[in-house]
Amino acid sequence: MAFLEIQRVYKKFGSVYVLSGISLDVELHQVVCLIGASGSGKSTLLRCINALEVIDDGVILLDGDRVSGRGIDVDSLRQEVGIVFQSFNLFPHMSVLDNVTLAPRKVLGTSREEAEATAMGLLGRVGLADKATAFPDRLSGGQQQRVAIVRALAMGPKLMLLDEITSALDPELVAEVLNIVRDLAEEGMTMMLATHEMGFAKEVSSKVCFLDQGVILEEGPPEQIFGDPVEERTRAFLKRIVDAGRL
Amino acid sequence: MNHTSALTGPPAAKRVGRVLTYRKAAIASLFFPPAGIPALIHSIKASRLAEQGETEPAREQGEKARDWAWYSVGVGLSVYLVAFMVWLLFTNGGSVRKVFLDWSILTSWDAWHSMLKGFWINVQVFLIAEVIVLIWALVVAIVRLLPGKACRPIRFLATVYVDTFRAFPAILVVYLVGLGFAQAKVPIVGSFSDIQYAILALSLTYGAYVSEVYRAGIESIHWSQVAAARSLGLSYTQTMRHVVVPQAVRRVIPPLLNDFIGLQKDTAIISVIGVLDVVSRARFINNARGTLAAYSIAAFLFLCVTIPFTRWLEWLQRRRQLRTEGGR
Ligand SMILES: Nc1ncnc2c1ncn2[C@@H]1O[C@H](COP(=O)(O)OP(=O)(O)OP(=O)(O)O)[C@@H](O)[C@H]1O
Ligand SMILES: [Mg+2]
Repeated sequence: MAFLEIQRVYKKFGSVYVLSGISLDVELHQVVCLIGASGSGKSTLLRCINALEVIDDGVILLDGDRVSGRGIDVDSLRQEVGIVFQSFNLFPHMSVLDNVTLAPRKVLGTSREEAEATAMGLLGRVGLADKATAFPDRLSGGQQQRVAIVRALAMGPKLMLLDEITSALDPELVAEVLNIVRDLAEEGMTMMLATHEMGFAKEVSSKVCFLDQGVILEEGPPEQIFGDPVEERTRAFLKRIVDAGRL
Repeated sequence: MNHTSALTGPPAAKRVGRVLTYRKAAIASLFFPPAGIPALIHSIKASRLAEQGETEPAREQGEKARDWAWYSVGVGLSVYLVAFMVWLLFTNGGSVRKVFLDWSILTSWDAWHSMLKGFWINVQVFLIAEVIVLIWALVVAIVRLLPGKACRPIRFLATVYVDTFRAFPAILVVYLVGLGFAQAKVPIVGSFSDIQYAILALSLTYGAYVSEVYRAGIESIHWSQVAAARSLGLSYTQTMRHVVVPQAVRRVIPPLLNDFIGLQKDTAIISVIGVLDVVSRARFINNARGTLAAYSIAAFLFLCVTIPFTRWLEWLQRRRQLRTEGGR
């Protein structure tokens, strides 16, 4: 039994199916990359996993426990599954430190001292200890995204979902964010990431899934997907990426 | 290369060197001669110079003519307006002045003393009502935004409250609450004092307005903030409490305080249920002395509160603007 099991998940907006029967297993310590054209459903899949979207059919199991559908405790699920968004979404009225400690203090009931000590440790690791008292609008995009990652990590999640976390960044800021993800991967954090950074996907992932029109058209180890894709659609997609100079 | 076709019109050279003389504006501005005459003189000079081919000095004169014409609008209109008011004041043997600005009242210590005592009640009423409104309106706004099917009835009640109390004239609410509750011996509030009724009535009325201000503020917070908070495991209530409401409140402080100016002025209507406020006291003096000068004092007292409040509000808004423009 895999750590995260996604079984025949369907999701529709209005009458349009955005996910039409997604099945995917993620083992502990694996890094799974979701690639695919814009609108193929990558973000929607990630949002379904931590119940920001309600799925219409299928089931999602985390550690063998059903985490989709009726009667689940979404708040406790979200304590174990962190998500980082493309647009950072830091709380603009709070300092960096408060952004990071809010959830541990209010949700886990951690004392302020303890939460701040943990937060400072994490901020130090991503090179932002000196920004603890700054407000988000004083930070660069890359710094904001690093804070957003730390904010999610502060809850001690078992699974991290990263949704195109470098897409809103200037090219020179991408590396500082990806380095953190690389470190997390090396430490064995289980992660799912939607990304357009194919080079990075190739480097860190244990498994790459190509999403197309709401289904996983092809999945496999990165060498196979990027080197020798089976499906015509995958080839076409990767060719477009290569032509655009992004691989 | 030197032919002109019918389509290109007159040669461009003729347009160059055109001078604006502002002749019509100068003539119109003669309605206020101190500015109109210089305007006309400059305008005439401008056309003379233009005819002599002195384009640049002509333009200079034209500009001056225009400036004087504007002066006659800005200054002239004000002068005539003030003159008209002074004339009103002294016409009919000064009857207007006597009615509004009777010196025997304006210089009477007793009158001022009584009026200030009355105004202190208005101040108390609006201060207390403002605190109540601040909290009550937020509660109503949050109830109106509660999610889910289960909350539909309570959402509906809140909507009915807001819609109706915004529709009622405030004076009607003051009457109904102030006289009705006591007469009907309504439980709990049946034994309120008149001042307490006044506060209750104004809080109900303004609570409805201000709740809409809060609601707009809450709805203006982008949903991604909620997504971020919920994804960290915060509950709906915690998300509202720590993420949405603090941001919303910051945003709505200026419009909210704007409504408070209305509330402060509307304390004048509580006199209808017999509260001895500033307006009631002005009425007593009016009845006893046959002059409206006490009402002028009341008006002045409201000015003394509202104008500093308005300036403070503008300052607050400016500072906020600076902040959002220049970062924090
Ligand atoms: N809340 C919503 N309501 C209606 N339609 C939605 C909603 N969210 C997403 N969609 C639609 O679902 C489809 C999949 O969107 P999704 O964001 O999952 O794609 P994506 O693969 O993440 O694309 P991108 O690479 O551009 O981020 C899109 O066609 C989008 O328009
Ligand atoms: Mg997306």
